[in-house]
Amino acid sequence: MSDSDSMQRWHLRMREKPVLRIVAKRFIPFVLLFALYVQFHGDYGPGGGFQAGVIFAAGLILYAMIFGREALEKVAPPRAVEIAAALGVLLYTGVGVATMLGGGNFLAYGALDSHDPMHGQHLGILLVEAGVGITVAAVMTAVYFCYAGRGAGE
Amino acid sequence: MTHLPVLQIALPLIAAPLCVLLRHARAVQIFAVLVAWACLGIALALLGAALPGGAISYELGGWPAPLGIEYRVDLANAFVLVVVSALGAVVLPIGPGRRGHAVPPRREYLFYASFLLCMAGLMGVAITGDIFNVFVFLEISSLAAYTLIALGRQRQALRAAFSYLMMGTIGGTFVLIGIGFLYQMTGTLNMADLQRLLPAVQQSRSVHAAFAFLTVGIGIKLAVFPLHQWLPNAYSFAPPAVSAFLASTATKVAYYLLVRLAFGVFGTAYVFGALGLGALLLPLALLAMFVGALAAIYQSDLKRLLAYSSVSQIGYMILGLSFGTATGLTGGLVHIANHALTKGGLFLAVACIVAQTGSSALSDLRGLSRRMPWTFAAIAIGGLGLIGAPGTAGFVSKWYLVLAALSAGRPEVAFAVLLSSLLAGIYVWRVLEAAWFRDPVQSAPRGEAPLRILIPTWVLIGASLYFGVFTEWTAGIAEAAARQLLEGAP
Repeated sequence: MSDSDSMQRWHLRMREKPVLRIVAKRFIPFVLLFALYVQFHGDYGPGGGFQAGVIFAAGLILYAMIFGREALEKVAPPRAVEIAAALGVLLYTGVGVATMLGGGNFLAYGALDSHDPMHGQHLGILLVEAGVGITVAAVMTAVYFCYAGRGAGE
Repeated sequence: MTHLPVLQIALPLIAAPLCVLLRHARAVQIFAVLVAWACLGIALALLGAALPGGAISYELGGWPAPLGIEYRVDLANAFVLVVVSALGAVVLPIGPGRRGHAVPPRREYLFYASFLLCMAGLMGVAITGDIFNVFVFLEISSLAAYTLIALGRQRQALRAAFSYLMMGTIGGTFVLIGIGFLYQMTGTLNMADLQRLLPAVQQSRSVHAAFAFLTVGIGIKLAVFPLHQWLPNAYSFAPPAVSAFLASTATKVAYYLLVRLAFGVFGTAYVFGALGLGALLLPLALLAMFVGALAAIYQSDLKRLLAYSSVSQIGYMILGLSFGTATGLTGGLVHIANHALTKGGLFLAVACIVAQTGSSALSDLRGLSRRMPWTFAAIAIGGLGLIGAPGTAGFVSKWYLVLAALSAGRPEVAFAVLLSSLLAGIYVWRVLEAAWFRDPVQSAPRGEAPLRILIPTWVLIGASLYFGVFTEWTAGIAEAAARQLLEGAP
């Protein structure tokens, strides 16, 4: 495939650019950290799982663009990405099932903690947003894998 | 069980990611089929609970209705839930198809996951009482449908899925804009609340625009003429099981949504009185009936022929809505079930043929009825159902439509229904003539299709015969649902 050839050449060229390599290397940890900040800040203000997932995936994709898809595949194997996408949804719906088992309606977080419904609300939104974050980050990465040559899971 | 309404949606939604984790093709197939049948069980239980005439309400997250998201089951949507889940349960066991398909066995789990997500989305549109939730589920079902269509074994499947994606996205955007206008004017997203608040502001331009955007957006998903261009390609290049499922459910759910908005949100007096939706839909319905049937006559591929026939059949459902009367609506709603059974059965019969010959071109059907008598008996009965011959389910729908046209004082419309049935007779005859009265080609397969596909085909075709005679569960419920909708208290 000529597409993946040109992709390969692109990565080879990228590896020769020290400024890009070093800036990316310095920045990616902060991108990932910022994603986590947005994730947990969602409890108190603007933010949340969707935005955090996109930022986290952007960090991973930046890594792949500079250091090559193979490097990212070592960090986030496509199969693991696929499993993460599924687990995120399961975490979300799992909270719903847990609230039903706790005697409340679907996603009535208060039922998560029988002593302190407020605490249950907090825990519920935290877990649900974590599920959203995981799935969004995983799906974004999987989409990148698809565009950058082979599909996720192959 | 108080949690049944949410389980209806949550069950397939939980099962889909589990399919991805389970991964093993055979295990995933068994698991997904069990889930689909469980959905049917839940839908039947909900229908049973809705039969006395009330509505079952479920508050998601325990937040009360106008603020939180509410699932609201009454007769109309319980009926749609049963149709969608029944078709899913019968069609899913066929799987993505074995012969030369685009999905390698080790990726088959993605087909089942997408199928369950599509089911969850379609049932979600039907069950929810929150109009923004409708948009979310509409997108879930549409995204899953694009994926499923793209799995077809020909390369054109990708293009068909892409053009459906383009049209579907425009439709989805229009729906969202319409919802935005409604929210701006009323400050609520709950359908029952909207119905209460809208009359005060209904003469404003924003509400007019909201109605226009919603109608056109849903019209695209519903493939109402002239917004049907995506449908023939999507249905004819999708894998057989997907064609059978989508043809019998996706447009039906969009139709239900249009009905719900007309009667349960905007209100009959506004939609049919002030805005004159009937005068707009009637000519479109008639055009769809004739253009769809005429186009079907000239197709050289059985799947395409059935797809154009769907355009024509959607016309009948729109016609039922356009009268704005209980009889017309009964005809439209009962056609949801009747056409789902008939067209689902026919597309499955095509799956039988494709499984044996690898082709669905009419020229490859020559003499096949001698080799595959059961498959072609199913096609003959399904074809009679499309025409609306007495004794088939199609007759029941057309009976109500003709009654509605006559009681609305439009005998010429009743005549048009009969005339378009004649056109249906022509395209059905083309298929039967090729299969029965031509000599078989040399390469014709020797045997009947595998039972794995033949049994689901006959389940649907048999049901279409049963409901052509015993109409208590189809027309009876549709009639009660239409009355419930028209009384305006959803």
